Amino acid sequence: MKALRNHPLLIIGLIIMATLILFGPIASQIVDANGAKVGSAMPEQPPSAEYPLGTDAVGRQLLPVIVVGTPLTLRIGLVAGAIGLGLGVLFGFLAGYFGGWVDTLIKGAADVLLTVPGLLFLVVIATTIKGAVSVNMMAFVVASLAWMWPTRTIRAQVLTLRERQFVMVARLSGMNGLEIIWRELIPNLLPYLAASFVSAVGSAILATIGLEALGLGPQNEPTLGMTIYWALYYTSILRGLWWWWGPPIAVIILTFMGLFLISLGLDQIANPKLRRAT
Amino acid sequence: MNLGYILKRIGVFLIIIWLAATVNFVMPRMAPVNPIREKLLQAVSFGGAGKIDMERVVKTYEEKFGLNQPLWKQYLNYLWDMARLEFGISLANFPSKVLDIILRALPWTISLLLLTTLIAFGLGTLLGALIAWPRTPTILHILVAPLLTLSSIPFYTLALILVYLLAFTWKIFPLSGGYALGSMPSLSLSFLKDALYHSILPALSIVLASLGSWAIGMRGMMISGLGEDYITFAEAKGLKGREIFLRYALRNALLPQVTALALSLGYIVSGAVLVEVVFGYPGVGTVLYQAIRTFDYFVIYGVVMMLILAIGLATLILDLLYPLLDPRITYQGQ
Repeated sequence: MKALRNHPLLIIGLIIMATLILFGPIASQIVDANGAKVGSAMPEQPPSAEYPLGTDAVGRQLLPVIVVGTPLTLRIGLVAGAIGLGLGVLFGFLAGYFGGWVDTLIKGAADVLLTVPGLLFLVVIATTIKGAVSVNMMAFVVASLAWMWPTRTIRAQVLTLRERQFVMVARLSGMNGLEIIWRELIPNLLPYLAASFVSAVGSAILATIGLEALGLGPQNEPTLGMTIYWALYYTSILRGLWWWWGPPIAVIILTFMGLFLISLGLDQIANPKLRRAT
Repeated sequence: MNLGYILKRIGVFLIIIWLAATVNFVMPRMAPVNPIREKLLQAVSFGGAGKIDMERVVKTYEEKFGLNQPLWKQYLNYLWDMARLEFGISLANFPSKVLDIILRALPWTISLLLLTTLIAFGLGTLLGALIAWPRTPTILHILVAPLLTLSSIPFYTLALILVYLLAFTWKIFPLSGGYALGSMPSLSLSFLKDALYHSILPALSIVLASLGSWAIGMRGMMISGLGEDYITFAEAKGLKGREIFLRYALRNALLPQVTALALSLGYIVSGAVLVEVVFGYPGVGTVLYQAIRTFDYFVIYGVVMMLILAIGLATLILDLLYPLLDPRITYQGQ
């Protein structure tokens, strides 16, 4: 309870994300995943007792689609986020700790890539491998542009930490570079690492849904983005099929709200200055 | 402003463009089958020509575009083409030139983005400054809170909800397109009014979904700025609250906001591409979407190249303006 009072945003965000992550595995025990297949039901049925979230134009039931699709999209986000964070930590430490031309190169690359619209680069990559895209491949494609913010954040933190007294003491006491990174720097960076991970997951999910909505995702998997793509493809809005695009949008909004609250909460921990009331 | 800074920034701009062109050049060649060749074969086979003819057409194409030349020569040719904005010919809308298709769509996208970004940036920054200011009435905090939350969701989710509520259910705004069906784009007043009417919903979804992030950034900068000595000094001097707010707190917190604007242009454009798709707005986003659906590779690469060029230019301009806003940078290196 004390944690909830101190960091309500963080806790609420974590609860939302935990619910979303658990939703797929638990709901798939109750809901038949075969309903997510094309032609498993009458097309274009509004929500009813038989089809709780209705069906789409090619006979997929939306409830099973969401049950199957949510974990797929979250998996892409988490895998890509983890890769992005991993690369970010590596590059951030290299740049911040060693400085010099390593720093110039890494910081330059991150800055240049941040200013280009990531989605467009990914469009070119995804266009090339179109048709053969799997969920895991999607994660790798998206991860290729999820490392820049983590790199910048961690580099900046390492730069300030490097000059602190406790690092000097550690150096004087004969620790080598790796030991200092592992035993002195990493523990102090934990809130920033967590925040970087959350932002990397967020940007990865955003990118994957964006690519999928443009039609560059795994064609046979009912991920959230692909569901939106098909809903746009069959002009579900003009035909009033709100139950088609509504559920994936609701899950997407919940996901981003959850991530947003977590990052606000982590910000309050890492940045006491911002702790004043909103 | 010193020359070194300008040259360095132009160098970064050129690197971005070179990088984009190189990715466009390398990617199709890394695929197991060259997608452009496949598409050409397919296009010809739809025409009903025989197998021999198809191969001949592809050969002619390869000769014409120099695909039988050594790779380094192809690469140089490609870069030279990109420098002249020579993107080739659309495969789906043969024989329209890719550049023409893009140039037709570009004004729509640029005007939509310029307007929404300016509004969102200006309004968001002001709101963020106000909620950080201790003397702001509580009512504003309550009003702004939902906007801050909206900033976390992607533009197009909001677009879908808005179009359903305001265009499908209540029919206040048109459902899709950039202008009424049957009218021809022109610069007449009635057409501009119609275009404006059609752009309200796409603009609204971008503004509402991006406003909050500017407010959050500004609030953070204001709060850390308000603790500084120069604010205490200004108060001690007896300056009016308004003056401290505008000339001391706001002005100083504004600088990082401009940097943030330069950094997030790419994000804004990516988001707007999908908003255009949702609305069928006649900008480059919709062109890209159609091109992906019809495997129109030259158009895809052309749009990507053109947007990266536009964003690179915008960032360059912002970065060159930056020293004018912050006098501390002006004297650097002199």
